[in-house]
Amino acid sequence: MQNTRAYTIVLFLLLGATVAAWLLNISLGSVNIPFEEVLAVLFSSEADSTNWHYIIMEYRLPKAFTSILVGSGLAVSGMLMQTLFRNPLAGPYVLGLSSGASLGVALVLMGATIFGGVAGGIVFSQWGVVIASSLGSLLVLMAVMLASVKLKDTMAILIIGLMFASLTSAVVSVLAYFSPAAQLQQYVFWSYGSVGDLSWNELGILSLFWLFGVMIALFSIKNLNSLLLGEQYARSLGMNIGRNRTVLIISTSILAGSITAFAGPVAFVGMAVPHLIRQVIPVNDHRILLPAVIFGGAILMLLCDTVAQMPGSDYTLPINAVTSLVGAPVVIWLLVRKRKFLF
Amino acid sequence: MAPGKKKKIPLLKIRNIEAEKKHIILKTENLSIGYRKKQLEKVVASGINIEVTEGELVAVIGINGVGKSTFLRTVSGIQPELSGHIEINGVNRKNISSERLATMISLVLTEQPLSKNLGVAELVALGRQPYTNWIGRLSPGDLKIVKNALALVKIEEIQEKKCHELSDGQLQKVLISRALAQNTPLMILDEPTSHLDMYHKAQVLKLLKDLSLRTRKAVIFATHEINLALQLCDKIILMKPNEVVQGKPQQLIQKGHFESIFPSDLIVFDTATESFRIKT
Repeated sequence: MQNTRAYTIVLFLLLGATVAAWLLNISLGSVNIPFEEVLAVLFSSEADSTNWHYIIMEYRLPKAFTSILVGSGLAVSGMLMQTLFRNPLAGPYVLGLSSGASLGVALVLMGATIFGGVAGGIVFSQWGVVIASSLGSLLVLMAVMLASVKLKDTMAILIIGLMFASLTSAVVSVLAYFSPAAQLQQYVFWSYGSVGDLSWNELGILSLFWLFGVMIALFSIKNLNSLLLGEQYARSLGMNIGRNRTVLIISTSILAGSITAFAGPVAFVGMAVPHLIRQVIPVNDHRILLPAVIFGGAILMLLCDTVAQMPGSDYTLPINAVTSLVGAPVVIWLLVRKRKFLF
Repeated sequence: MAPGKKKKIPLLKIRNIEAEKKHIILKTENLSIGYRKKQLEKVVASGINIEVTEGELVAVIGINGVGKSTFLRTVSGIQPELSGHIEINGVNRKNISSERLATMISLVLTEQPLSKNLGVAELVALGRQPYTNWIGRLSPGDLKIVKNALALVKIEEIQEKKCHELSDGQLQKVLISRALAQNTPLMILDEPTSHLDMYHKAQVLKLLKDLSLRTRKAVIFATHEINLALQLCDKIILMKPNEVVQGKPQQLIQKGHFESIFPSDLIVFDTATESFRIKT
């Protein structure tokens, strides 16, 4: 309460770090472009080489913005899940949300050719993938939610989430087994995750979903804070538990679902960022946590993407692998260091 | 002096006279409590007629499983009543929205707060949620009430601490302070003294007594501390398997109600010492 000013400073520092990571992300890539030229393209739209201008405006810039949306969106959905499920290990990936999205996309990319070519042509558009992915993640989240109402045991909910993950991946395997090589390859590339495939138009669509999901989170801040006391107390403070749960589920599945659709499944960012932020600022108040998590997610994703594109080389690592390489050790480190999760 | 202030003085005087005729905060009529599963009703207790007025400290006493928690949960709106009705501040509870109910009843539950990483002042400030704006911003008025709530419970010196650093007794006080910050005419506590040693039990109950006197709140709590309750409470609600009675401690003792709250094979109530003894 008294530390509001200190937290504001930290938020500005995080904002600064986001801008720095963004600049770093744009200036590094397979083609070596001098930093002054990058700035020249960004701020005066004039460069010595039209190639550089094209690379930055049509490739690096949308990729950097996608990284920001993907990282921050997943981090926000992770934060929502952790508060809602009262479990520090919750996140869109662990709870099977991404697996649900994968199932949806697999059905569209591979199932369409198996079950019928006509329908396949219609749903093949980017929108089809987005809708399938969102529906898939919504389906899994609903199932997990239903289980959480019945069970009330958070560990059981996590296990159910993992069960759904295996279940959906089993269905995906079956689909993969029967689908032609071209579609299979398309799905496999999607599942590696990528933030570099989005055009400005697609970026626009993704940012709409992002905005919608984050706005819901913004207007849920007060209720999220009440939930820190537990559901019974939150109810006694005048909060409508059922409605809020639904609203938070919608926000999470829109964020995680649309991001997974456009960028593929990106592991661990959703779960790890809220914890990383709590290491930087020991805060529970979602008024501070929400913006901090947005910046933190953006920074992590921008850095992961910078690593993934392996500056100076022609190779690009799958972003999903890079986030796991960063995310998994963080989770292990947190568990070992704290022995007990306080959140 | 401003003309507005002059007006307020007679108003205060009227309130003092009114205080003689005590305002009823909670009233139940023929209340039946329990659980409903599909068509089946499991009645835990029925025919509950009680009345609690402002400034009263009331203990709910009874054997394990008799329905103390169910009663408190029903009154506070966590679970619906089976039949009968509940009036809070003269209004039928069914006509009170959950937002408004949050300004009338504050709770201290046996459930521990989820986030042990919350700071003490932060947790107490959450009691202001029913009054804050959409994002939960605390106004100077809210901050003053929070400060006051910390002071009433005498926990100012630990307000910077995190909840996981507190002892059970301290945590209980913090939760009571949070309920105070909610600024409701009725405060309900479910077994606020379990897990505490004898000294801290007495301390918490003494605190509740002081609060009910100083803030004029009606304070209702479930407890197993019959000895302490008999000494401190203005009224006792005695829940027995077949009936629920309320009255002043002395009245209930004289009428012999305490003899029948527990099975008589192990302990008996000794009217002379007003306490239970092991049967010899």
